[in-house]
Amino acid sequence: MTDATGQNGIVGRGNRDGAQLFREWFQDLSNAAQDGRPAAYVFVMGSLAELLRVFDLPVVFPEINSLQTAVRRVADEYLNAAEDYGYSPDICGYVKADVALQLRGGEHPMGRVPKPALAVYTNACNTYIKWAEIWERMYGIPVFTLDVPGSRSAGGQTWPGDPQFEADRRYVEGQIRELIELCERVSGKKFDIDRLRETMGHANSMSRDWQRVLEWNRSTPSVFNALTDGTIFLGVSNALRGTEQGSQYFRDLVEEMEYKARLAIGTQREEKYRLIFVGVPCYPIFRRFNEMFTESGGAFVSSTYLWFASGGTDLGYQYSLERPLESLAEGVLINVRHAMDSMFFQDRVLAEMVQSYRVDGVVYHPIKSCRTVSSGLADNRRALLATTDVACLFIESDMMDKRVVSEAQLKNRIDAFFEGLASRKRVAAVGASS
Amino acid sequence: MNIKVFDGWQNKSLEQVFEICRELVEDPDYPPVRRWREAGGKVVGHFQVYFPEEIAHAAGMLPVKIRGASVEPRQAEARFGSYLCSILKTSLELALSQRLTLDIFVSHPICDAARNLAAVWGRNMSYPCQILYLPQNANSAHAAAYLRDEYDRLRRELEAIAGHEVGEADLRKSIVVFNENRRWIRELYRLKREKPWLVSADEAYVLLAAGGMIPREEHNELLQAVLPQIEARPAHPQDRIRVVFEGGFCEQPPLDLLRTISQFCYLVDDDLLIGLRWIQEDVPQEGDPLQNLADAYLERSTYSPVQHDLRKPKERMLLERMQAAGAKAAIIAAAKMCEPGLDEQVAYSKALDEQGIPYFVSEFEENMSSFDHLEIQLETFVESLLFA
Repeated sequence: MTDATGQNGIVGRGNRDGAQLFREWFQDLSNAAQDGRPAAYVFVMGSLAELLRVFDLPVVFPEINSLQTAVRRVADEYLNAAEDYGYSPDICGYVKADVALQLRGGEHPMGRVPKPALAVYTNACNTYIKWAEIWERMYGIPVFTLDVPGSRSAGGQTWPGDPQFEADRRYVEGQIRELIELCERVSGKKFDIDRLRETMGHANSMSRDWQRVLEWNRSTPSVFNALTDGTIFLGVSNALRGTEQGSQYFRDLVEEMEYKARLAIGTQREEKYRLIFVGVPCYPIFRRFNEMFTESGGAFVSSTYLWFASGGTDLGYQYSLERPLESLAEGVLINVRHAMDSMFFQDRVLAEMVQSYRVDGVVYHPIKSCRTVSSGLADNRRALLATTDVACLFIESDMMDKRVVSEAQLKNRIDAFFEGLASRKRVAAVGASS
Repeated sequence: MNIKVFDGWQNKSLEQVFEICRELVEDPDYPPVRRWREAGGKVVGHFQVYFPEEIAHAAGMLPVKIRGASVEPRQAEARFGSYLCSILKTSLELALSQRLTLDIFVSHPICDAARNLAAVWGRNMSYPCQILYLPQNANSAHAAAYLRDEYDRLRRELEAIAGHEVGEADLRKSIVVFNENRRWIRELYRLKREKPWLVSADEAYVLLAAGGMIPREEHNELLQAVLPQIEARPAHPQDRIRVVFEGGFCEQPPLDLLRTISQFCYLVDDDLLIGLRWIQEDVPQEGDPLQNLADAYLERSTYSPVQHDLRKPKERMLLERMQAAGAKAAIIAAAKMCEPGLDEQVAYSKALDEQGIPYFVSEFEENMSSFDHLEIQLETFVESLLFA
């Protein structure tokens, strides 16, 4: 055991504390369910947790509930129940797992999920809208679409001051004001702008530190695994956004990453190949999926998942607490747009990252369940290959449904990918020495 | 532009006109669009479901509805992953294979797959490709003002391509043309509802679909000539089940599927190419035309699985559509891999079960070629109703 882990417990602290915080958060949800307290159902891309906390509404992330059923290897029970109810095998697995969870009265392998009092979601994923319609029908609850206009074309983003941006911002702000009225009605609590300032302050701190954490992985060796460790960090960033606990966690995480970078403490014994992951992880065999890369010396240094599944907060956008509502609208617009861009227009950013993160390979993992993330990946890969000479792997499976996950086929493709990477290294070494 | 791009149907028998329209609709080479371009015209390609074509028309451009095609998506397959609906691939194939040349492509985020389309299209084509963000919070008091701004942005983009300004007077003239078109389409659907023995599902469909490929003035001319001829057909009602077809809002079923349905049923209403009749009333000509178009999109429109509007629960809207058409049963279809359609099938089925209304659930693909199985299923379904 090194000094680092022995004396301060700093190495691995993010994973330990993250797992603990996540369990506690879920326990709180179970308690809310036990007490019959209603919750706000939200999604990772634009949760509006900063605002909902002002009304003391516990936030439930159905996407997280669903992926946990896959990680805990019980997703098939939930998927089958939803398909028996009438849902097609060809729709989002997260939706189906949640339908089954609702039919089971909130029963979940981590506890019990409270019923919704309202649902708040953005248009970052169209399935969010269809999903909320299910709760609307099941429970007769109010559902609120926070419509966030995205980039109209590649590189076509506008920024504060531009008339188009201001038109979009006004639209988002107007909707946020409507949402506040709805939250007042649902919660019976008056809106308190100072509490909003407080939660936005915590969100600022978390976003700033999340951006720093991601940047520390430019270090060699990389200081966290963007696939596995990153998913733990994401869980906290979503579940505890807008809280003191959450912002403290990310302050500590930055400290851990700085420490590891200073002492060159990597994630594995020998980091042979630095990789970027594009898509959504293969949760039904989450650990094994990761091992198939790490066993060959592959290290995931970044992932588009860490961008869009954090709702674009990786940008580090800082709210102005002087004008909270205007700034909340601006921040939501910029962050959610960025989350969408990282799914649809990510090729240019990846091309830049191949250089700045010294990347050897890009792993594309489109999945059956999620067309938002997956539909454009083949073309994104073509575009990336047209501008860079990076090695790419394109493998398909699923985030929920083990019926479409073939471990043996994945392993064959991944092994061949590493053989190609090794060959590239040999050729490069020969070229350098001649 | 004052040219005819769809000719040869005048002075022909009704059956011949249907055949000409059928050939047009099934031709993946879009001959009228070629003729339009050869004459120096500019073309706006817009993906399903709804697009404010009046703005393109006012810019002097030809708005073309892109709704997939009967082509093998050889090049497009390499641009997409698996588990996707066909329409996305075949639509892109039209562009990649240069069957359809555009000056701008516009999509809007109707679903998770389609929202990737503008990005993919843009990486593969040199002309502008963009997303029109129609409001997805139709219930916000701010949606109409936002949409007006978005339409204005589109107007400016099209001005740059057309090379001239698009003023309010231009927009008003276009609204007049499209109001007339909507009236003719409403008339076509009135015939389907009231005298479905006069026009089969596939005949009505080709008449409607032609409108997405030719200038709307020509479509008006076509409908004006043809509808009275349909009304005068010497056909008599038969003992057939009156059904509504739901599930054709984006990817289109093949004509043979509609023909198969027509063998057993009267298809008295549907959501096929619903974007062409999204706006259900005339758009006012006085006042700000862009605001009028925005208001009409939100306030005087029908429904589809890709628009969430608290005022328009889809299952209630389906029941209303069935009631208005006097339908006794529904065909609840979805294109393969179409997530919104498949999601909605569940809600529709539950609502119809509650009402005790019979329905037939099916999936289709635009390029399916075998209908034997469907025919047997449909025949059984119809017989179960007729002899119940």
